[in-house]
Amino acid sequence: MLSIKNLHANIDEKKILKGINLEIKPGEVHAIMGPNGSGKSTLASVLAGREHYEVTEGTVEFAGKDLLELSPEERAGEGLFLAFQYPVEIPGLSTTNFIKTAVNEVRKYRGEEALDAVAFLKLMKEKMAMVNIDQSLLSRSLNEGFSGGEKKRNEVFQMAMLQPKLAILDETDSGLDIDAIRIVANGVNKLRNKDNAVLVVTHYQRLLDYIVPDYVHVLYNGRIVKSGPKELAFELEEKGYDFIRDENKVEA
Amino acid sequence: MNNELSAIEKTVLSDYKYGFVTEIEADEAPPGLNEDTIRFISAKKNEPEWMLEWRLKAYKHWLKMEEPTWANIKYDKINYQDIIYYSAPKQKKKVNSLDEIDPELRKTFERLGISLDEQKRLSGVAIDAVIDSVSIGTTFKEQLAELGIIFCSISEAIQEHPELVKKYIGSVVPITDNYFSALNSAVFSDGSFCYIPKGVRCPMELSTYFRINAEGTGQFERTLLIADEGSYVSYLEGCTAPIRDENQLHAAVVELIAMENAEIKYSTVQNWYPGDKDGVGGIYNFVTKRGICQGAHSKISWTQVETGSSITWKYPSVILKGDYSVGEFYSVAVTNNHQQADTGTKMMHLGKNTRSRIVSKGISAGVSNNSYRGLVHVGKNAANARNFSQCDSLLLGDKCGAHTFPYIEVKNNTGVVEHEATTSKIGEDQIFYCNQRGIDTETAVALIINGFAKEVMNQLPMEFAVEAQKLLAISLEGSVG
Repeated sequence: MLSIKNLHANIDEKKILKGINLEIKPGEVHAIMGPNGSGKSTLASVLAGREHYEVTEGTVEFAGKDLLELSPEERAGEGLFLAFQYPVEIPGLSTTNFIKTAVNEVRKYRGEEALDAVAFLKLMKEKMAMVNIDQSLLSRSLNEGFSGGEKKRNEVFQMAMLQPKLAILDETDSGLDIDAIRIVANGVNKLRNKDNAVLVVTHYQRLLDYIVPDYVHVLYNGRIVKSGPKELAFELEEKGYDFIRDENKVEA
Repeated sequence: MNNELSAIEKTVLSDYKYGFVTEIEADEAPPGLNEDTIRFISAKKNEPEWMLEWRLKAYKHWLKMEEPTWANIKYDKINYQDIIYYSAPKQKKKVNSLDEIDPELRKTFERLGISLDEQKRLSGVAIDAVIDSVSIGTTFKEQLAELGIIFCSISEAIQEHPELVKKYIGSVVPITDNYFSALNSAVFSDGSFCYIPKGVRCPMELSTYFRINAEGTGQFERTLLIADEGSYVSYLEGCTAPIRDENQLHAAVVELIAMENAEIKYSTVQNWYPGDKDGVGGIYNFVTKRGICQGAHSKISWTQVETGSSITWKYPSVILKGDYSVGEFYSVAVTNNHQQADTGTKMMHLGKNTRSRIVSKGISAGVSNNSYRGLVHVGKNAANARNFSQCDSLLLGDKCGAHTFPYIEVKNNTGVVEHEATTSKIGEDQIFYCNQRGIDTETAVALIINGFAKEVMNQLPMEFAVEAQKLLAISLEGSVG
């Protein structure tokens, strides 16, 4: 589904990603872990198509298409979803209205008819129950005055509504207490199936207690330096990132 | 991909879809302004002597006045001798009913989305259609007359209801008030008149649609609206003009009078031609709008959506004379490309326990300048006056300007005046967030600005809110992304 080959990316001339290789297949959950400044969020941003990031080398194929050739909204249309680390606020725009616009724009991209109000409400009710989000939150302005937990729950709700092929969770656990993490993770787990995939980007292992990965990759200094099964996350938690630094020093 | 800034800065003029010209023969005065011009206009309208005298008095006063320069706008000096002050589409014969209106004119209004056919018209909206210097027709007049409501052109009101016009014209905006209102008083050629009798709740929206068509003309309309005791009326005006590379002057005066327990809701969707992306052409919009809450417990509410004109100079105001009267001003002003807007309100608290509320939302894009200018005055007898003002500015790109000039004068120490102001930019983070959800940049900008302006848009009558939302998006098309 997603195939990243030798991806290099800069921001303001500074090299951040220095040759990433990653294959994700339908039904899989991958976790990318790494210390601050290793390039985790940059990878998420480059995949979603944020401006200011310049890809200097490498290829990314997503659902049979050259991802890097697509605009951010086309990537969304193809089924790529990014749950933001810092979801933005848009005062005066109701969350429901925003999501309805998003759902119908994506449908338009796929050549499907727009959902009418009744069909949209039905879908919304169904997904609200699934990710445990309250109606009152959705009638408020998008993310305005939401708590950290509410913002992240809203991200997962949008994911439920858009039903992406690949969801990238960028530090979704940051700033959340353990109860909030559990709620958010439950939502993500309910949305998993054999046809979609999840890429979890995180600093800490704790989120992976709830969203259990098939593979864990350690990102360090712009490269994936270690990959392994979920147990690798425990090893990192136990030893800290220093052991990665030490190992890489030895190799260097 | 490192072009985000230049993309935000990029400004492209959207198509101004009202920019067409109607080919119709016009009956015009020669360009220039002198006493003869005024006599010509007055004679064309077959006005009584007192009206002509009033006009001439205004003209003499105007000659002694200087064009104001305090507003935060720049423009080349207007040559008042180049302007045509009277231009009326030639109609074959006198029109006795709406069915007899020249088909070409009827088509013009159809293209603007205004049907003069009562059957096809949105039920609940009566229209007075003004083209250049004259009103060409008013719909639903008979139905309104059954309730005692007078809704007609001001020219007709001068003929049919001289006592009302004589009593109220210039009573809120005196001829000496300011340079542009004095000019208007001298040369006004048409406009709407409305009287709602005691205790009547006007059952439909009243609306005037102003259209400038002829080249080289100025439009000087005059609107006078009186809501007698305990009555209610909601009034809406809209305006458009053809695309021309000259600047045309529009100097209107609107006067509102609300008696005891009366309520007037006055909404404007202003979409005069704004000029092209290099700032060539466009309407100079110098307008004086003022209402008086004459009686106790009366209320006047101004709502304006200002998207057009190359220059807007406009301060819809309320004189809160009656005790417990309420004044409101809700405004969205959008400037793009080279547009300049200096707009706001004056709330003059004179009576006791008067309240006012100001919500101003300025949106600037391109290299435009958008200023809020407002005065809250609490007079020495205005015990317990309350005002709340909120002025928010939204910037698109970094070459435009937003300015706020709030003036406050409080002469009674029981008054409470609050002012809040914010300035924000549409962030690339907000746009990217929308993009990531599959929403393209144009749509994202529309969502963000409509969110920003929502508090004001909510004040518009339902029939027009949707149109106004679209208009906001169109005005800013191409300004981001």
